Amino acid sequence: MTKAITVSGLHKSFGKTQALAGLDLDVEAGEVHGFLGPNGSGKSTTIRVLLGLLHADSGAAQLLGRDPWTDAVELHRRVAYVPGDVTLWRNLSGGEVIDLYGKLRGGLDKSRRAELIDRFELDPTKKGRTYSKGNRQKVALVAAFASDVDLLILDEPTSGLDPLMEEVFQRCVEEERDRGRTILLSSHILSEVEELCDRVSIIRKGRTVESGSLADLRHLTRTSVTAELTGAPNGLASIPGVHDLAIQQIQNSQGHRVRLQVEADQLNAVLRSLSESGVRSLTSKPPTLEELFLRHYQETA
Amino acid sequence: MTAAAFPVRTGVSGSRQLAGTGALLWFNLRRDRVVIPAWVAVTGLLVLSLPGSLKSVYSTPAERADIARQMLTNSSLRATYGPVFSDSLGGLTAWRIGGYAAILAGIMSLVVVVRHTRDEEESGRQELVSSAMVGRRAPLTAALLTALVANSALALLIAGGMAGQGSAGALALGLGIGGVGMVFATLAAIVAQFTDSGRLAKGLTGGLLGAAFVLRAVGDSTTNDGSSPSTWSSPIGWLENLRPFAAERWWVLALFAAATLVQGVVAYELAGRRDVGMSFFPARPGPAHGRLGTAGALAWRLQRGSVLGWGLGFFAAGVAFGGITKGAADLVGDNAKTREIIERMGGQSGIEDAFLATMVGMFGMLAALYAVSSVLRLHSEETGQRAEPILANAVGRLRWAAGHLTIAFVGAVVIMLLSGLGLTLGYGAEPGPILAATLVQLPAIWTLGALAVLLHGISPRLAPASWATAGLALALGWIGPALNLPQAVLDVSPFGHLPKLPGGDMSWGPVIVLTAIAAALVAVGLTGLRRRDLTT
Repeated sequence: MTKAITVSGLHKSFGKTQALAGLDLDVEAGEVHGFLGPNGSGKSTTIRVLLGLLHADSGAAQLLGRDPWTDAVELHRRVAYVPGDVTLWRNLSGGEVIDLYGKLRGGLDKSRRAELIDRFELDPTKKGRTYSKGNRQKVALVAAFASDVDLLILDEPTSGLDPLMEEVFQRCVEEERDRGRTILLSSHILSEVEELCDRVSIIRKGRTVESGSLADLRHLTRTSVTAELTGAPNGLASIPGVHDLAIQQIQNSQGHRVRLQVEADQLNAVLRSLSESGVRSLTSKPPTLEELFLRHYQETA
Repeated sequence: MTAAAFPVRTGVSGSRQLAGTGALLWFNLRRDRVVIPAWVAVTGLLVLSLPGSLKSVYSTPAERADIARQMLTNSSLRATYGPVFSDSLGGLTAWRIGGYAAILAGIMSLVVVVRHTRDEEESGRQELVSSAMVGRRAPLTAALLTALVANSALALLIAGGMAGQGSAGALALGLGIGGVGMVFATLAAIVAQFTDSGRLAKGLTGGLLGAAFVLRAVGDSTTNDGSSPSTWSSPIGWLENLRPFAAERWWVLALFAAATLVQGVVAYELAGRRDVGMSFFPARPGPAHGRLGTAGALAWRLQRGSVLGWGLGFFAAGVAFGGITKGAADLVGDNAKTREIIERMGGQSGIEDAFLATMVGMFGMLAALYAVSSVLRLHSEETGQRAEPILANAVGRLRWAAGHLTIAFVGAVVIMLLSGLGLTLGYGAEPGPILAATLVQLPAIWTLGALAVLLHGISPRLAPASWATAGLALALGWIGPALNLPQAVLDVSPFGHLPKLPGGDMSWGPVIVLTAIAAALVAVGLTGLRRRDLTT
């Protein structure tokens, strides 16, 4: 597969503030790639570099095989961008802005435009200043999804959308993927990312800390296990990869309640040890994306 | 109407209407802690510097009496500066600078008021402020008080600084200039209730300020004692009729007070009846499908209203000034002395040409303000985050800038031609020489506009400084000659190099050189724009 976006060792500083400190990002053509990180970690800066709005201090970036700074205009014919905070011209109607963006990109699919306006329940005749936050977002989303482009760059595109519209947005992203388009999706809504993304990259302080498919990332983390045993647990603590072990005797019985976290490659050993003590009940939970992120976001390395 | 459990006062009276005014006033003053003191200082020092400069130019009372008589005789100079009521240093200062200081006070006041009312609402910040313990009329009150503080400071500075020339006259001059400021502060407060854009509110009030100047000028061209109804209809005319340093007519101050009060009450009534963030005219729906397809078309769409406003204003002012040109050489008090003065100035046609040349020069300097404001659309689009999505499309930075710059530089041609057309119509003469004279101003206008392109191209943070350069050119052109400044300083303004047309000799040298300088500045600015980061 060809790469839609390749970024390596990207650095960018604003005065004394270092926004990007050696960021790497790889997005395969045709995938939906989640781009995650805490506030101020450099997601928007990266996107602006990819759009040729900012000039990176050092490092390499390629968009659809070309240089985002020098080939900006040619590239933008094939790229649609939705910022997290859409600003419109106060006296232009939403419909005018959608058509303007369409014409300034590679073109606009008229029937798709009408369909999207309908699905997003957008009134295109309202003037820019009269739209609410969510509706401004919809204007940019309709313009992006109706454009005839190869790559969509979405920077927290659903901020302000209601849950129904969030649903419409997710269907639209899936349709775009089915058409073979590539999508870079920066988002804080983890359920959205979990639902849509083939792969994700997590960044912190301008650096990529994790990248891969969700399954890969899960594999790297711990599963939490809760069990009620008929007997006493034996040797659990000595299994490598077991953390946060808590054992509690159940009142008026020989049984014990056990809670622990275990790294994926030691799950087998833990199960074997538990069944030796006699299992009355067992629940095991893979880490949610949420836990995954909290672990990365809170790291103080 | 409302449930009894939550009684809501629906009237527009009550002390809670003003809750939070004090905090807002303090906040406004803090936000304006640089702009207001700078504006007050520049305006005040401009006034205070005049007596000394005038003294160095006209050192004896006899010379001053002579110049006063000359100025009073010449209707074109009366139109520009107003009549001279006293040949004392204080009187000459009030005559020469009073009207312009009043215009500066007016601009400061309207900007301050709109900035703290309509601009705040338009940006959405007002919503957050109004959700706190803030009365419905508190923001307007705080804005007007901010303007009052600024104008009082200016009045005090002038009254104190000019006291050496006579404390009564100094007080009258200070209060009159501050009074003009307050009239336009309250006028801006009314206009800001009707427009839903701060830019439009400032533009409209600025247009009314220009109209006040034209009314005074037209009135003063026909009479030499400020008694024309046209002069009396203008707040700037009230200032001269207050007659600082010439047997002050204190009752004229009541006009300022009355106008400020009436306009203030109207603004208050309107503000109390209006939804926050809205104007009285609901936004009409626009087309569901757009025809805009290029960055240039978008730029025109955004700027066409402003071009239209400037064009109409220039044309109307041209007609007014053209109309008073014919009388420029009419003798006021037919005597040998004035006839001699007129002969010295080139006779009837010479005086008319000189008047037209002065007016054309004034239009040129004002058109430079248009050019700067039009170029700075690039700046406001960029800092308002509206350039980013445009440039994320297949639009290069040069193409994006080209749309706005075309409107700035070609628009200057259009509005100058309109002013020339107006002058021609009002004057009733051959259009050729006057239109040529208006076009000759363009290289200087372009140079100041190009400077804005350069500053914005290098760094958006520097861009607002282009207002200062345009303001400097204006100040040098209007009052520089009276200050007896060395030629080297006067030469800083590009307008100083232009041939004085009609009447003077055409010289192509400065026209070509200035055009080349403008082109070079634009080229460097655009190169900078291509290379730098976008403001995010």
